[in-house]
Amino acid sequence: MSQFAINILFVGGSFALYIAIAIWAKAGSTKDFYVAGGGVHPVTNGMAIGADWMSAASFISMAGLIAAGGYANSTFLMGWTGGYVLLAMLLAPYLRKFGKFTVPEFIGDRFYSKNARLVAVICLIVASVTYVIGQMAGAGVAFSRFLEVDATMGLIIAAVVVFVYAVLGGMKGITYTQVAQYCVLIVAYTIPAVFISLQLTGNPIPALGLFSDHTASGMPILDKLNQVITDLGFNEYTADVDNKLNMVLFTLTLMIGTAGLPHVIIRFFTVPKVADARWSAGWALVFIALLYLTAPAVASMARLNLMNTIYPEGTQSAPIQYDDRPNWVKEWETTGLIQYTDKNGDGRIQLYNDTPAFQSQAEARGWKGNELEVNRDILVLANPEIANLPGWVIGLIAAGGLAAALSTAAGLLLAISSAVSHDLIKGSINPNISEKGELMAARISMSVAIVVATYLGANPPGFAAQVVALAFGIAAASLFPALMMGIFSKRVNNTGAISGMLVGLAFTLVYIFVYKGWLFIPGTNNLADTPDNWVLGISPLSIGAIGAIINFVVAFAVSSATEEPPQEIQDLVESVRYPRGATGAVDH
Amino acid sequence: MSHDPQNAVEYWKANLRLIVGCLVVWAFVSYGCGILFRPLLAGIHVGGTDLGFWFAQQGSILSFIVLIFFYAWRMNALDRKFGLHEE
Repeated sequence: MSQFAINILFVGGSFALYIAIAIWAKAGSTKDFYVAGGGVHPVTNGMAIGADWMSAASFISMAGLIAAGGYANSTFLMGWTGGYVLLAMLLAPYLRKFGKFTVPEFIGDRFYSKNARLVAVICLIVASVTYVIGQMAGAGVAFSRFLEVDATMGLIIAAVVVFVYAVLGGMKGITYTQVAQYCVLIVAYTIPAVFISLQLTGNPIPALGLFSDHTASGMPILDKLNQVITDLGFNEYTADVDNKLNMVLFTLTLMIGTAGLPHVIIRFFTVPKVADARWSAGWALVFIALLYLTAPAVASMARLNLMNTIYPEGTQSAPIQYDDRPNWVKEWETTGLIQYTDKNGDGRIQLYNDTPAFQSQAEARGWKGNELEVNRDILVLANPEIANLPGWVIGLIAAGGLAAALSTAAGLLLAISSAVSHDLIKGSINPNISEKGELMAARISMSVAIVVATYLGANPPGFAAQVVALAFGIAAASLFPALMMGIFSKRVNNTGAISGMLVGLAFTLVYIFVYKGWLFIPGTNNLADTPDNWVLGISPLSIGAIGAIINFVVAFAVSSATEEPPQEIQDLVESVRYPRGATGAVDH
Repeated sequence: MSHDPQNAVEYWKANLRLIVGCLVVWAFVSYGCGILFRPLLAGIHVGGTDLGFWFAQQGSILSFIVLIFFYAWRMNALDRKFGLHEE
């Protein structure tokens, strides 16, 4: 069977499974549509959160980021897991006790203000839409490489599949497809990693292989990797970073941003009890950690494999001839994600770090610049081919990458559509809408969101790569502080919360735009995005944490200068703190 | 609330103490061992690198899992102790 047929089989098979689940789990009521009926088991929910959370960024991009940055990019590992500690202790159980359908609904009720709810809706939509573009674009890459269809065609196929199970099943359909998608993506991620760990270290568990000896050289594998890449002018993989402040703030931004992302929070509304919300945060992190503990091993091993492919005789000998390059390099060249230019005309591939410090060594070897550009996003997808694994593993990776992208896209689309139908339409425009009417409105707004996301995924507005900065910055600087203060303070009032959200958000956006361009339009940035220009060395990616602190300070200052919240709001705060008396998510 | 207000206050204080304790550990393993104290831990070798690297790439994640389950277990017990658990 050809590789193409194998890929079709895996991807087609997994899609058929998702659609079958959707037909089985059709939503009959708004409660089904928004919170899957409220009866999801905490372990099941943990698994669904795992798929909801682990996006194309976690599955496709993260190992590539760590491979490129080494220790410095451990921020993603800590940041994207540490947020679950905050969710479990500071938000999830209380919001579950509150027992409504959406995140803006809590903010609107707690701060007794339609404006507060509206600000929350806008933050939610901007954060979720930017995030969903990345998922659709990731699905497009996977399709164009593995199924040999045009990326736009691939996107439309993906959109149709999401449409079927998300619009039909709502949260109920999404929950059970996410469980299936988790299984597909974790198997797809783990199997190649196990093979590669065995090949390089003899240890079948990648997370342990990372700290084991490299079989071929007898050295610890991280030592071997350091040696190989420093020979080629790169920094040591395990090198410490100088700017600790920025590393701390970036990690903190990712953590509180994770805790404030609405598509993750609403998953906690689906369990029966407050105690289950706590357990499901733990289970979610267990399922997430299965991938996150493997990712750093994949990163270092794939980078070592890549170097060994280019320098089969060792870094002191000549690299391979371009004509002898392995098949996977040829395949990825056709997508443009690997590019070769023979700068010194010797027909070989010189891959090294082209910096002034390495200049004299490069000249001594007759090198005239780095000749191979490898897009770091291909690392996980190309991993099985780099390690010469059998064809079915490649088919599995294709299905896994799509499962990661589609499961997150569906979660985001649900968060967007519930904000539109429940917070905007039922909350403001037409409060008397019937249950049936609201369910129809939810389905229509999700359909519109899918069309918009597909269009933007096919025509990325140039800022798709900045999604992380924007989505996490917004969630960290606006939603997380408002939610936390709503639970932990009885004193913060409507004026304080709204001022805090707006000032935190404005500060964060301005800092990002100054370096990244206003509304990300190229050339409109006021300062070049380089460490020398950053205030105190804080990168625009790390600014969300400062925005959150400003939000807290402003909210408390304004609240203490204005009147106390009314008694019924203080009673509401009391009631979310104590589990007794919780009911299922209710619609009133 | 139909319950004794003092009981509820004690419950909430116990919850806050537990959260603060857990978050101190949370910050210590990630921001502490994984980032700020890494130079101090450089002498402790773990498979080709040092303990700080291990905390940044694996140790902090494993600690987070233990923390959440510990918190869930303690809080669910406190709910019952104070009679504030769900029926």
